[in-house]
Amino acid sequence: MLYGYNGKFIEVDLSNEKISIEKIDEQILREYIGGRALASKILWDRLGNKWEEVDPLGPENLLLFLTGPLTGYFPGARICVSGKSPQSNGIVGSTVGGNFAMELRCAGYDGIIVSGEAKKPVYLFIKDDFIEIKDASHIWGKRGIDTIKILINETLKDLSNKWSWKGLWKDPGILYIGPAGENKSRIAAVMSKWSHAAGYGGYGGVMGSKKLKAVVVKGSNSLPPVANKEKVLSLIAEVCRVSIQEKDDWRRWGTGYGGYGVGADTSSEPIRNWQEEWHDNKSFGVDKFEERVWIKRYWGDDGCPTTCLKLSAIKDGEFKGAITDNPDYELQAYLGTNLGIFTPEGNVYVASVVDDLGLCGIQGGNVLGFAAELYQRGILTKKDLGIELEWGNPKAFAKLAEKIAYRKGIGNILAEGTYRAALKLSKRKKIDLMKYAVQSKGIAIGAHGIRSGLDYPPIIAYACSVQGGDHTSVAGLIREELWKCELSMLFADSGVVCSFNVFKLDWLWDFLEAVTGWNITKEEWYEKIAARVLAIQRALLLLGGPDIYWDPRIHDENPERFYEPLPSGPKKGKATDKEDFLKTKSEYYKTLGWDEYGIPTSETLNKLGLKDVDNVLQKIRNKIYSS
Amino acid sequence: MKQIWIARDYSKCSGCRRCEIACSLKHEGEIWPEASRIRIFMLIPGIEVPHLCVQCPDYPCVEACPTNALSINKETSAVEVDKEKCIACGKCIDACPGKIPHMHPTKKHIIICNLCNGDPECVKVCQEGRWNALWTAPRPSGSLLSIKLYARTPQEITKDLARNIYGEEFEKEVK
Repeated sequence: MLYGYNGKFIEVDLSNEKISIEKIDEQILREYIGGRALASKILWDRLGNKWEEVDPLGPENLLLFLTGPLTGYFPGARICVSGKSPQSNGIVGSTVGGNFAMELRCAGYDGIIVSGEAKKPVYLFIKDDFIEIKDASHIWGKRGIDTIKILINETLKDLSNKWSWKGLWKDPGILYIGPAGENKSRIAAVMSKWSHAAGYGGYGGVMGSKKLKAVVVKGSNSLPPVANKEKVLSLIAEVCRVSIQEKDDWRRWGTGYGGYGVGADTSSEPIRNWQEEWHDNKSFGVDKFEERVWIKRYWGDDGCPTTCLKLSAIKDGEFKGAITDNPDYELQAYLGTNLGIFTPEGNVYVASVVDDLGLCGIQGGNVLGFAAELYQRGILTKKDLGIELEWGNPKAFAKLAEKIAYRKGIGNILAEGTYRAALKLSKRKKIDLMKYAVQSKGIAIGAHGIRSGLDYPPIIAYACSVQGGDHTSVAGLIREELWKCELSMLFADSGVVCSFNVFKLDWLWDFLEAVTGWNITKEEWYEKIAARVLAIQRALLLLGGPDIYWDPRIHDENPERFYEPLPSGPKKGKATDKEDFLKTKSEYYKTLGWDEYGIPTSETLNKLGLKDVDNVLQKIRNKIYSS
Repeated sequence: MKQIWIARDYSKCSGCRRCEIACSLKHEGEIWPEASRIRIFMLIPGIEVPHLCVQCPDYPCVEACPTNALSINKETSAVEVDKEKCIACGKCIDACPGKIPHMHPTKKHIIICNLCNGDPECVKVCQEGRWNALWTAPRPSGSLLSIKLYARTPQEITKDLARNIYGEEFEKEVK
């Protein structure tokens, strides 16, 4: 018997308005678990042979919403969104919290596979066995807050009209996009609740390209049965106990408490597009938010003991009406310090606008900072931007975010994300602007610098990760530490669980065994399963296309900025050491069984049972070895 | 046994729904949010409303039951459901000012909080987490009618909270 899974996936072909239920073989689930790992398998099988031609924003791309066997059991439920990424042209596993994953699991499914493209705007409605593609023309064009309000009211009405079940219906789980997604921005996020975002990868744009405004789900069953219930319950209790009793920093201040540590202690917080990584406003991350703007101190998603989310609202003054969660550390950094904004109100305001537009806060904050530096240097002018884009001016950045979401004026270029915008603007201005683009393979880097060497990401974190600049899946091989090893982070993204509740790495494997009954050891995960997924992700990343291709000799590299010495703070003068970087990179490749350019070797692929991947990679090898 | 009451402070609910998990595990043996006797409504994100029986002093649900499937536990003051007698007619829901009872999602009987015989699981996890949205208090003995003021629909409660938390424009959004 299959434990921990419903064993069913919803398959929706929007072009032909066809809905079917697919079962995925137990052997495949065992070899790929769920979430990000399963996404790599599905994408490889279905799109692998034509990967280079697949336009991520075209109907041929697949959009995947996948849970894992641990989702709902491990405290803090999330869902993994994937597909061919419009940012990297490879695969990114992008996860988001909220109540969607739990509802989907209780509706009887482990995931949704969306293909094709609807003729007119639609949303998908799921109520247990009842699945319907519904008209979304009345919400197309709406921003996040309006979308969610309309969908909740509409769904509750629908539920009580269609099902004679007695009693009040609870609100559904909802994933949706804002205008940025509708306009196929490559930096648009798939959103949940207010301001929860699956931002990395640009899957909001993929949803928009399919004219899929939202997915709404209501499940009325229990979670699927587990192999060892007693053990699962005791593990849940253990995770909760430790999270509540020993992790008070996270609980009290959310990830924003890192603002102090990162900004001041580790000198690795982006300031004005990473020109600096340290600032005087040391306490930006903690007390300035707590007493001034938080209207809820503990906010969490299904089953979460830590509730590291906070809720901010501005009730008066020029930013009245702004609502956002936290902001978490990433958004305090990217929509705060990175834009030279050091007041909580200004930060909350920009975050609320970015959220409401459905832009990714990290990708969006990165491109806003990039544009502002070009303005600072006189490369982009008011004529180009239509805005005086001064550092520290929340209204100016909010205005530019609007232009990006609606692809107006310069926004049309910036909506392509920092990397592509840098390419286009370099051409237009006839100077190399890539040195101001702090990204890796089209994906903006998380708000944790590597120059000081004091923060968690290893020196190769972003340059070598198959997820590009993703700070939640950094390249590194210290297996004992979740946050320093991509193979372990891959587990959290495949499980699919919230890695912020993982305070002991062993919990993950203990949970996996108790839930599924499979005796998958940590070693098997590292040596076989994760290695296999990483190889597939790497192969498809290198295949790339149709607009951008990566050459590992050039692009497995840090952004230029990380080699500039830090200009301020206690670590002034420190920069990334090139030799150290090259040495670590080659060690990393070697350990994974990849060649000197980071291409998995035939031997490695054969060992992993990926002969077909090897065949495809031969093309890449030929190209690189011969030039 | 001292009569207890589950006191609640909606504004402190973290929305973690660990109470739903604890309740459904206790009463159904599964993690089953829709079969939980306490349910968290989130009609507007950020405004989470724990919705559970308040044990009205006049027990309109018990009054309305045509089959005597509902009774009052003398020791705890909780409403007990006799699953055999319940015909799933929903009259108790209609009678409840807060529309709190609800039908079991797969079985044909109503579900109502029975205070876990004086030691409610939902309160335990809420207290463990120090959110303090739920806690046990002695059942008020003076003006029992004040308890009844909590028997409101999630919509009504959300409207009030929305005005308090976000301002009047949000109050209008709850239909």
